[in-house]
Amino acid sequence: MDRALPQPTPETQHFWDGCAAHELRLQRCIACRDSYFPPRPFCPKCGSREVEIYPASGKATLYSYVINHRPRPDMGTEPHSIAVVELAEGPRMMTNIVGCPQTPQALVLDMPLEVTFESFGAITLPLFKPAEAPAR
Amino acid sequence: MTPKSIAIVGAAETTKMGKIPDVSVIGLHADAALNALADAGLKATDIDGVATAGISPVELAHYLGITPTWADGTAVGGCSFMLHVRHAAAAIAEGLCTTVLITHGESGRSRVGAGGFGRSPSSLMGQFEMPFGVTSPPTMFTIPVLRYLKARGYTEEDLAQVAVVQREWAAKNPRASFKDPITIADVLGSPMIAWPFRMLMCCLVTDGGGALILTRADRARDFPQKPVYILGTGESVETPMVSQMEDFTTSRAFRVSGRKAFAEAGVTHADVDHLMIYDAFAHLPLYGLEDLGFCQPGEAAAFVRERHTAPGGKLPVNTNGGGLSYMHSGMYGMYALQESVRQMRGIAPAQIPGAKISVCHGVGGMFAASGTIIFTNEA
Repeated sequence: MDRALPQPTPETQHFWDGCAAHELRLQRCIACRDSYFPPRPFCPKCGSREVEIYPASGKATLYSYVINHRPRPDMGTEPHSIAVVELAEGPRMMTNIVGCPQTPQALVLDMPLEVTFESFGAITLPLFKPAEAPAR
Repeated sequence: MTPKSIAIVGAAETTKMGKIPDVSVIGLHADAALNALADAGLKATDIDGVATAGISPVELAHYLGITPTWADGTAVGGCSFMLHVRHAAAAIAEGLCTTVLITHGESGRSRVGAGGFGRSPSSLMGQFEMPFGVTSPPTMFTIPVLRYLKARGYTEEDLAQVAVVQREWAAKNPRASFKDPITIADVLGSPMIAWPFRMLMCCLVTDGGGALILTRADRARDFPQKPVYILGTGESVETPMVSQMEDFTTSRAFRVSGRKAFAEAGVTHADVDHLMIYDAFAHLPLYGLEDLGFCQPGEAAAFVRERHTAPGGKLPVNTNGGGLSYMHSGMYGMYALQESVRQMRGIAPAQIPGAKISVCHGVGGMFAASGTIIFTNEA
């Protein structure tokens, strides 16, 4: 069973291209400066179409998660985290936490994380791992 | 809609419930519809408005031989039927139709004539949630909960307590799927599904259906059953992606829908005798108690623990046993509505003596949508 990979659309292509280049790309409104996610060609807060794409810091904190114990052959044979992280720039996104045990003891809410990228054929997914140096 | 101007005059569930391998999805819609028509003393040809989700209202009308002047196919998940009730009340009040049939049928367990759960890999969910291993509600609806527990100071035991209390209600209901008493230890000891959720914190998967018939209150007296009047209604939607909820500790759709319904009904929380909160998972009644305003944020777990929602408590909640113990075909909202109607008719298996006002609150998707209906049995 293959992983359920995304099919980019014209409005999201820059995000997936960024992942392939190991860069987490966000958008922000030029008028109100608000960063937002998921991608769209206008600001969801003020409606302005004047928006820009920029590389995010890749820093985040663990906002919430579950550890899935149900069979998911494409995700491996062991229980795995499905998490929502809060990016330093503000938006939240779903991801997996990797590089640490998939246990409640290792996965502590608000722990500092940093982005890492993993390729699955033509698609690269943004995953997160515990930050090497504690975030301020 | 003016409060009490529209009434439920027919209500029924499918003849069988639980495991129904010999009936397809549309067959469950039809079985529930025929039971509700019989309950109201009507024929399908008396119906001039239809609403449903899961199948299209076109399929429903054609299958039953109805020629509607109004149709609603709002499909926002399990609370679609609350929205149908709200839309139907407005349509009848506006004169778009006179007698509306709302149906639900789902072969959740047996999957007879049922579609798949597939989502397009180019949808926002397909791009930004599905690649990380979410498959079904147990790995999506549960995502906000660790944040909620931390923010409120609640524990896994508090989630388990919800399931324990609802099993007490289910024990009083001959049609409930699970009736044996359970303890907090039983819930915490049941198989892990998606940390922190164990099996007994998750809803059942069953087959079944239900149907409602609505008309103007001034006509309702001519029907065989005790009319149940619509006092207030609300609805809202928030996000198709649970990861993009504004706040993981409260549902915006719940708050907006609940406030609308209470404002229209002109009642206070103290007036409410009976409450249904769609419980696909054990955290939902806690969110519901807080977001509807029955409890302050942080007080819902103690409210349940102190048995206020349990048999004998001051605010009976999910008196049919809920999605956790009664039944859950996938879009449970119809069964919550059916229980509110039974309580208002005075015929529920776990009847609340003298109950006059019932609040029925539904969720759709993973906190994606919400609908709230407030009923009364007083004209």
